[in-house]
Amino acid sequence: MKDLVKRAVDRALSGGATYADARAVVTRRQDVNTKNGAPEGISDLTDQGIGVRVIADGAWGFASTSSPRLEDIDDIAARAVQIARASATLSTKEVVLAPQEPLQAEWSSEYQVDPFSVPLEKKLGLLMDADQIIRSVSGVRVASGEMAFVREEKWFVSSEGADITQQRFQSGAGIQAMAEGKGEVQRRSFPGSFGGDNANRGYEFVEQMNLVGNAKRIAEEAVALLSADPCPSKNTTLILEGGQLALQVHESCGHPAELDRVFGTERSFAGTSFLTTDKLDRLRYGAEIVNLYADATIPGAMGSFGYDDEGVPGQRVDIVKKGVFTGYLSSRETAAQLGIQSGAAMRASGWNRSPIIRMTNVSLAPGDSSLEKMIAETDDGVYAATNKSWSIDDQRLNFQFGTEIGWEIKNGQLGRMLRNVNYQGVTPEFWGKCDAIAGSDEWHVWGLLNCGKGEPMQVMWVGHGVAPARFRDVRVGIGRQG
Amino acid sequence: MIGEAKALEMLEAALSSADCEQAEAILSISDSALTRFADSAIHQNVAEVNAMISVRAVIGKKIGVARGNQLDAESIRDVARRAVGLAELAAEDAEFVSLPQPQPVSQVTSFAEKTAASTPERRAEVARAVATVADQHGCKASGSFSVETAELAVANSLGVRAYATSTEGALIAVAADDASSGYAEWRGMDLANLDPKSVAETAARKCVEGRGAEPVDPGEYAVILEPLAVGDMLFMLAYMGIGALAVQEGRSFMSGRIGEEITGKNISIWDDGTDPRQLPSAFDWEGVPRQKVQIIENGLARGPVYDSYTAHKEGKESTGHAFPAPNTWGPMPTHMFLGPGDSSVEDMVASTDRGILVTRFHYTNVVHEKQTVFTGMTRDGTFLIENGAIARPVNNLRFTQSILDALASVEMIGRDLQLVEYACAPALKIGKFSFTS
Repeated sequence: MKDLVKRAVDRALSGGATYADARAVVTRRQDVNTKNGAPEGISDLTDQGIGVRVIADGAWGFASTSSPRLEDIDDIAARAVQIARASATLSTKEVVLAPQEPLQAEWSSEYQVDPFSVPLEKKLGLLMDADQIIRSVSGVRVASGEMAFVREEKWFVSSEGADITQQRFQSGAGIQAMAEGKGEVQRRSFPGSFGGDNANRGYEFVEQMNLVGNAKRIAEEAVALLSADPCPSKNTTLILEGGQLALQVHESCGHPAELDRVFGTERSFAGTSFLTTDKLDRLRYGAEIVNLYADATIPGAMGSFGYDDEGVPGQRVDIVKKGVFTGYLSSRETAAQLGIQSGAAMRASGWNRSPIIRMTNVSLAPGDSSLEKMIAETDDGVYAATNKSWSIDDQRLNFQFGTEIGWEIKNGQLGRMLRNVNYQGVTPEFWGKCDAIAGSDEWHVWGLLNCGKGEPMQVMWVGHGVAPARFRDVRVGIGRQG
Repeated sequence: MIGEAKALEMLEAALSSADCEQAEAILSISDSALTRFADSAIHQNVAEVNAMISVRAVIGKKIGVARGNQLDAESIRDVARRAVGLAELAAEDAEFVSLPQPQPVSQVTSFAEKTAASTPERRAEVARAVATVADQHGCKASGSFSVETAELAVANSLGVRAYATSTEGALIAVAADDASSGYAEWRGMDLANLDPKSVAETAARKCVEGRGAEPVDPGEYAVILEPLAVGDMLFMLAYMGIGALAVQEGRSFMSGRIGEEITGKNISIWDDGTDPRQLPSAFDWEGVPRQKVQIIENGLARGPVYDSYTAHKEGKESTGHAFPAPNTWGPMPTHMFLGPGDSSVEDMVASTDRGILVTRFHYTNVVHEKQTVFTGMTRDGTFLIENGAIARPVNNLRFTQSILDALASVEMIGRDLQLVEYACAPALKIGKFSFTS
């Protein structure tokens, strides 16, 4: 594969490119899904290809192919240059990249058990054990389970001399109970919804989850939710469980901090960002206890890597420090516009996509409280857990989230269960009302697999390290349903 | 493109390498490109050639699926062997009956030479046309222009053989300045039908008319939804519960309500993949011919769409709405229609004392699937109507609304259908729509 990427770069340069890089990616993915005591889908995917990115006549071009034939490699190199020259016919300025020392390196994620060495029967057996427990609870309509495993090998070469090889293993799993009745459909998931939890680790990550140990609880909660009281509509104190808080961070911090959004290059699809460059080091984004950062070096986290898809070493970048907005997720091109070094956030979802700025592990630093203490200190509030729904405006300000479950808090105690919990806010106002964050012993890095961005669409895997947190005076129970 | 004969030859090779009781093979080849622009300059410009060979192997009631993207003979054999290996190790699915039997597939026109012949230079010209119009109105242009040429072939060991070529183009145009933005789009099979200047004019006009937007109080309003917003609503409805698996699992708004009145009597929704007003498709990912399915008729729930697995559960025939296996969400409609009426958007505005005109929605998501409640924002052209005329542009609003409740209060339906993603949709005037912030 390395010979092919080198050939692609060489052909692009000889075709007139002033800069070229090429990535070859070989991926194997296995999915194991179960539903109501039966396998719902067991699949094994292999995928490989090469993409070459060039600057010619001062503009970008990209072309990719799944074919390893030399004539097809030469063709995409020529095609990328042709595309770049077409880009240059509607251009206002030449592409300038922040300098980056070309590195020759290798990196691989850490793992103990190769997930592809684990027999299918063992994986199915674990999901079926959980499935049986879920369905043993009267009132459950659907029990489902999922596992997903990836092995990815990547070769990156640039015309500047970068030569980087990386490998990662990814493992994840989740279970879900669905109950239906009284005009309601209620779900409970563990450890998280929409893909469970995931990490750049081996099968040991799945084994430590304790899916079986949590199966009965989520089944009972799903059934109980059918007859739980609906979340009242009011302004109140809101405490968010880690899985929900991870998505809050994702939508209201991670995305607006993407510098390409700030510069308007995502306007036609997901939109822009309220974190314009005039607000850097000036805007009070949140309360003083709020510290948000992006860190691609967290071992085993879903958004970690050795080098991004421009060959820049993975690193930690502060986004909000003591409540003040202070940094972005950036690329070589966007960093040059600010006169800074790239923050190593350029990632492509595959060989067939040109890299764009993506989150790495955008995280909320732990505080000095605890979930128990936050509840005990709350006279009237709601504790909300596990994401069910999410929506945010095109500048990343006005948001609305829903969770699978909630509990009323009264006089420092968890009280009645609540269904159809949702809440709404405006990003800096919301974070400005954060008055407590749990500590490092409750801090967990959640792995999400479904971040969508770009045209054509790129679905990216990212991580978010969070501990439960409390927010005052939040509007809950929007458009109350039943 | 490799052509029908070569495509079916590859699938025959896959089937013959699958040593099992039943097997299905799918071949998909695509050549796609997308030119993206922002601030009236092309900033991303990409092209991709890719392939997929997928084999579903059945041993009794045990199923395995393997997929690869290399089309040499050994790689195809490897995909087949891996699928069989997974099926041998899998547990039984007692509800699985059989892969589909062969049925005759009608011919549809789904390929246009002009689209297939698109070049990077031509795509840049389209982007420039949009940017020129935006500039004439004091705006900057953002958007994308994408084209795809594809081949799809499906075969199974029971005799299914289906092959089609297709082309698709889409132009998305946003005209924006510091204070406002407007949006328009075009989708279709044949680029000969694309007028980029016309698309750009619509976006630019909305940007100009949107300048000076101010807040309006949230609350319940009459709304006029342009086709893009209606299409978004139809997609959410489909996602929530127009598939048979959703109905069978009890999570659909149609569960237990087939034949009942579930929305306004003036609302009829159907799905028809072979209709030339759509991006026509004659068969689904199991090679089953796409049938026209009446989903809602004059407000009555008529039924969902099926794939072979969900159809067998009820002793019915697949309606040709399968996605590639394994598919854990179930079948879904992808070529929907909402029956047109006899009004224009101008008629709807003139009939409205006080309401909101919405160009499109942004970031919609499910809030309560059984009650069909969804949330999202308005975007790129939102206007207050007073006394039968556009009064002023307004800041974007968030809504939280039941789709079926909204459709139950439809007062006027547009006569013109616009092809949007997943649907041909008219404009609607809805009597009550809830904006929550």
